Amino acid sequence: MARRGITLAAPLAGFLAVFFVVPIVWLLSLALREAEVPRALPRTLVALSGWQAAQPLPAPLFGAFAEDIVQARAASTLADAARRLNYEVGGVRSSLMRAAREVSAAPPGSAIDAAFFEAIDPSLASPAFFAAVQRARGPVSGYYLLASVDLVRNAQGDIERVSASNRIYLDVLLRTLIISASVTLLCLVMGFPVAMLLTQVKARTADWLLALVLLPFWTSLLVRTASWVVVLQKEGMVNSLLMKLGLITEPLTLIYNRTGVLLAMTHVLLPFMILPLYTVLKGIPPQYMRAATSLGAPPATAFVRVFLPLAAPGVAAGSLMVFILALGYYITPALVGGGSDQMLSYFVATYTTDTGNWGLAAALGLLMLATTLLLYAVAHRLSGGRVMAMG
Amino acid sequence: MTRNLFTTLAATAALTLAGSAALAQHDLTVVSWGGAYQDGQKEVFFKPFNALGTKLVDEAWDGGLGVLRTKIKGGNNNWDVVQVEADELEVGCDEGLYEKLDVAKIGGAARYLPGAVHACGVGAIIYNLVLAYDGDKTKTAPAGWGDFFDTKKFPGKRSIRNGAKWNLEVALIADGVPSKDVYKVLRTPEGVERAFKKLDTIKADLVFWKSGAQPPQMLAAGDVVFTTAYNGRITAANEKDKKNFKMVWKDTPYTMDSWVIMKGTSNKANAEKLVEFMGRPDNQAKLPKYVRYGVTAAGAAPLIDKSLMGELPTNPDILKQAFAEDPKFWIDNGDKLAERWTKWSGTK
Repeated sequence: MARRGITLAAPLAGFLAVFFVVPIVWLLSLALREAEVPRALPRTLVALSGWQAAQPLPAPLFGAFAEDIVQARAASTLADAARRLNYEVGGVRSSLMRAAREVSAAPPGSAIDAAFFEAIDPSLASPAFFAAVQRARGPVSGYYLLASVDLVRNAQGDIERVSASNRIYLDVLLRTLIISASVTLLCLVMGFPVAMLLTQVKARTADWLLALVLLPFWTSLLVRTASWVVVLQKEGMVNSLLMKLGLITEPLTLIYNRTGVLLAMTHVLLPFMILPLYTVLKGIPPQYMRAATSLGAPPATAFVRVFLPLAAPGVAAGSLMVFILALGYYITPALVGGGSDQMLSYFVATYTTDTGNWGLAAALGLLMLATTLLLYAVAHRLSGGRVMAMG
Repeated sequence: MTRNLFTTLAATAALTLAGSAALAQHDLTVVSWGGAYQDGQKEVFFKPFNALGTKLVDEAWDGGLGVLRTKIKGGNNNWDVVQVEADELEVGCDEGLYEKLDVAKIGGAARYLPGAVHACGVGAIIYNLVLAYDGDKTKTAPAGWGDFFDTKKFPGKRSIRNGAKWNLEVALIADGVPSKDVYKVLRTPEGVERAFKKLDTIKADLVFWKSGAQPPQMLAAGDVVFTTAYNGRITAANEKDKKNFKMVWKDTPYTMDSWVIMKGTSNKANAEKLVEFMGRPDNQAKLPKYVRYGVTAAGAAPLIDKSLMGELPTNPDILKQAFAEDPKFWIDNGDKLAERWTKWSGTK
């Protein structure tokens, strides 16, 4: 019987393995892999072996370097290596491409030495550049992981914080956690009374109310977010209503800031709070509250001492669900938030599609995954295992 | 039983792989920048080309070399002809993301304006990034970029494209650098600092746009008092939606987008036919009626209706006030400044 169960689940297992586990592991491994430089500059790396940043550059280096860049350019692997090195030594992307063109065009017999490269761009003959080449020799390095927490290796190889104007990801991580926690709290405050109401009305009414809760659930996320833009904008519904009522004289700024993000995300995520809450609250027998009252507890005490502890698994499950979903939000903050409301996944998306820095995107994804797992473990520990069961 | 399990797994994997292989065959796909601009291209290029017998589908994107790298390196590229910006043309060509262009197959070099033919692409349109505002809401006309940065004289939010390109140039001009010296100043580290410092002064009032269709929407919604915008979108909003948006042309950067053919496409011959078709002077001359962008075929200019010249980037009166974007600067510094921009725009 069990065996047949396994066989029946095999298509799903195969599907998950091919389309979920393998791509995720592959993508996350990008955070560590260094493939571009070893592929494009193998001879340079050989010439550099044993060299330390404080020593003078070895003599055969530039010949090997020249040979490498010419061949790499012909094989179309130079541009990738140049982009990788450009992350650490700003501006070398184009100088490397130019150097490759000039070396190829140099008349045979001309001297390709340090001075040749220095004339193109002084950084190309600098120890700092070759130290960066050496650090990217692969097969793995911590460059992207360090960058994802605002750290960098200096020319001596020591880890230090990046310059103040370039620090960002720890702030963004904190911001992501704060926004997610605020949204979770708002969802709880608004969802709890709704879930209570659902348990107390007649079954028919509850069905209707539940349909209302689910209705936005069936609408595309993008449509809902775009409607918030229409509702919240300067001449949108909220502002014109408030102005007509005479409550405000100047339109409020409700969009492209934190207010807009919190409003739209709370709306989108509310069903994820109400549904688990409702499931748990429905299972609490009403006799318990009546018993507590008949034993002399005032309603407030009965609620806090009897009802809330029984509702706790629902609160925990709903909150965890909303919090974890909120952590990965990208499109809603991008559409209704300002520059300083963007969450971590926005940067993952930017690095994946706009600038094509997959290593950093993977490292940020890893940072996010690690944070989520850590928070989950903490929640699991604090709740004595109940969260895991409900989540 | 274990064997059974294994064959089931293998069969599943084979099926899913076969499914993804089937995706590799696709209709000829052209990718442009969406909104009113692409609507115009549909009328002028895509539908007539379709009528010639090759099925053509069109998609939209918002730029970004990362997208193209993903397509090519992910091995499942379904795009054939893509409109790219000047720096994307150059860098993508270096990286081998595009087919090398056989200029004879697209009508020959002589058909195009000087500088429009590149090893990997050919010019599509010439356009300006203008300062736009709603003439119904803002009665005093801004004089130029200085006013864009003057939040006392013109209070309210202003939107700019989310990216370093053009914003740094504009910030320097607002800070008093003559447009002819902008790139000279930007090539120094102090120049970059100066541009970001100037942008800092209005950071609290900034909103970012990503797609070219957004600026006219933001203006119409009253969310911003000023915005940067592609000139054609503003004219299109005025003509189609009866808006009264105004443009300032003084010291605006102009640039050229190009058509490229994605590397390794199975539709290469048809892709070349499409690029050739879109490069014909008589076809190009029809575009400004829908969207006011300058065209790249040398013979197209005399064929364009004179009444459309007023807001056309290739109008000599406009060219005189504008300045040419320096793609070389952005090729050299784009990656580094993109990173700096991402960080700058993501913090308070």
